[in-house]
Amino acid sequence: MERAAVEGAAARPATRTRLRDREWFWGYLMIAPLTLGLGVFYLWPVLQSVYYSFTEWTLFGDSSWVGLDNYATLLRDPEVGKALWNTFLVAAFGLLVIPVSIAVAALLNTRGLRLVSFYRTLYFLPVVTMPAAVALIWRWLYNGEYGLINYLLSLVGVTGRSWISDPSTALYAVMVVFVWTYLGYFTVIFMAGLQGIPGHLYEAAAIDGAGRFRQFFRITLPLLTPTVFFSGVLMVMYGLQMFDLLYLMFGKNSPAWADNKTIVLLFYNKAFEEGAKGYGAAIAVVLMAITLAITAVQFRLQRRWVHYA
Amino acid sequence: MRNGRLWPVHLVLAVGAAAMVVPFFWEVLTSLKTFTESTRVPPTWIPSFEWSNFTRVLDSTPFVQQFGNTVVMTVVRTLAQLLFCSLAAYAFARLRFPGRNVIFVLLLSVLMVPDQLFLIPQYQIIKGLDLLNTLPGLFLPGMFSAFGTFMLRQFFMGLPDEIEEAARLDGANPLRIFWSVMLPLARPGLLAFGVLTVLWSWKDLMWPLVVNTDPEKMTLSAGLAALHGEHVTEYPVLMAGSLMATLPIIVVFVVLQRQLIQGIAFTGSK
Repeated sequence: MERAAVEGAAARPATRTRLRDREWFWGYLMIAPLTLGLGVFYLWPVLQSVYYSFTEWTLFGDSSWVGLDNYATLLRDPEVGKALWNTFLVAAFGLLVIPVSIAVAALLNTRGLRLVSFYRTLYFLPVVTMPAAVALIWRWLYNGEYGLINYLLSLVGVTGRSWISDPSTALYAVMVVFVWTYLGYFTVIFMAGLQGIPGHLYEAAAIDGAGRFRQFFRITLPLLTPTVFFSGVLMVMYGLQMFDLLYLMFGKNSPAWADNKTIVLLFYNKAFEEGAKGYGAAIAVVLMAITLAITAVQFRLQRRWVHYA
Repeated sequence: MRNGRLWPVHLVLAVGAAAMVVPFFWEVLTSLKTFTESTRVPPTWIPSFEWSNFTRVLDSTPFVQQFGNTVVMTVVRTLAQLLFCSLAAYAFARLRFPGRNVIFVLLLSVLMVPDQLFLIPQYQIIKGLDLLNTLPGLFLPGMFSAFGTFMLRQFFMGLPDEIEEAARLDGANPLRIFWSVMLPLARPGLLAFGVLTVLWSWKDLMWPLVVNTDPEKMTLSAGLAALHGEHVTEYPVLMAGSLMATLPIIVVFVVLQRQLIQGIAFTGSK
C-alpha cells in the first residue's frame, strides 16, 4: 500500500502533462452535449431574439429589417404601458407569499408539534398541480353565479361579483391564486432555512429571558434573510413571467382580457396569435431588460438588509 | 400534555390547510355532479355521481394520446437532463480545463433570461427541422438545463474526494470515475433533481401550446386549455378533465414526496 503510493508519487512528474492533457480532453468531452444543447436552444436564441426585435414579419414568415421601429411602436403602444403596470402589480403582490410562508414554516417548526408532514403535504398540493388545472378550478370557484366563493360570502351577507370577468377585480383574483400556488413551495424552502438555524442560539436567548416573539424577530428573522432574499428574487421572476394562470383564467372572450394582460400575455398574443414575431421579440427584450434591472437592484440592496452568518 | 398547549398552532395551520384543500374538494365534488346540479345555489353537497363527465373528456379530447405525449415529453426531458447535466456538472465541479469558469458562467447566464426570449427562435428551429406537431418538437429544447447543471455541480462539489482519488490512481479515466464512482454517490441529488424536472415538465404550458397545435400531439396542459375552449361553462366536465390531468403527478408526489421536498429545500439553501 505504502509502496504503491511512493511509486505513484515518483511516476507523477513524468506523466503530469499527459495526465493534464487528458483531463482537458475529458472535461471538454463531458460538457460538450450540454454546452451544445444550451448553445443552440438557449444562448444563440437570445442573440437571435434581439436580432428579430429589429425586424418585421409577414404572415408567411418572411422578415425584413426595420431598425428601431418595433421599439418606437412599443413606446407609443398603450397596451404595453398597461401590461407593464399589470406585470409590476402581479410581481409586487406575489411577494406577499414570503411573509405568509415564513409564518407557516415557523408554525410548522414549533417544537413538539405533531402532524407536521401531514400539513406540509396539504400545503404542497397546489405546487404539484398543473397550473392549467389550477386555473380552471379557481375560475369555477370565482364564478359569479354558481361559484363556491360567492356562496360562502352570501352566508355572511356579502354579495359577491363575477370576480374574473369583472375587469376591476380580475387581476387581483388571479394574484390570490398565484400566491396560493406558491405558498407550499416557499414554506418548504423556509422550513429548510429554519432548520439551519442552530438551536443553541435560542437556548441562549431563552436564558437571557427573551420570549417567543422576541426570539423570532431577533434571531429567526435576521438569520433567515438570505433565504428571504433568494425567495424574493425567485418570486419576482415568477411574477414578471407569469403566463399559465392568466392565459387560462381570462380567456379571450372575457371582458377582463383587454385591460388585464401582463407583458408575457401580450408577448404570446403578438408573437404567436397575431404572428408579429418581430414585435413580440421586442416585447421579450424589454421584459429581459426589466428583469435584469430589477434583479440588479435587488442584489444591490441586499447588502443593507441581508445577514450572512 | 405538551400538545394541549399547541392547539392555537394547530388551529391556524388547519385553517390554512383548509384554504389549500377546499378548492380540490370542490373540484372533485363538481366532477361528480350533473350540469344542473353544478348550477344549483345553495350547492348540492351530495352529487349524483355522474361518471359520464369523465367519459365526455375522453370523447371530446384525445386524452389518452395527450397523456402519452405528456409522459413521453416528461420522461425524455428528465432522463436527458439527468444525463447531460450530471456529465457537465461533474466536469465543472471536478476536472480542470482551460475556459472552465468562463463557459460555466456563460451557460449559467441563461438562468437570468426570461423564457420568452428563447421561445421565438426555438420555435423557428423546430419549424426549420420540420418537427412542429411531433413528439421530438415537444421535448427537444427541454432536454438541456442550466439550472440542473448548477444544482448538480453544487452536489458534486459537496462529495468527498478520497474515493475519486483512489479510482484515479487505479488509472480509471474521468468518464469511468464519473459513471461508476460518482454517479452512485450522487444518487440522492440526482433523484431530487429528477423529481423536480418531472414536476416542471408535467406542468409546462407555454412551449407545448406554441409548438404542437394539433390536438393529437398536445400535452395535457395544452389539452386542458382546448377542453376549456370547448366546454366553457360545463364545469363538471372541466373539473373531470383537470382532475384526470393532475392525478398522475399527485400520485408521483405522494410516492416521492421526500425527494421532491429535499430538492426544493436544496435549491433554497444553494
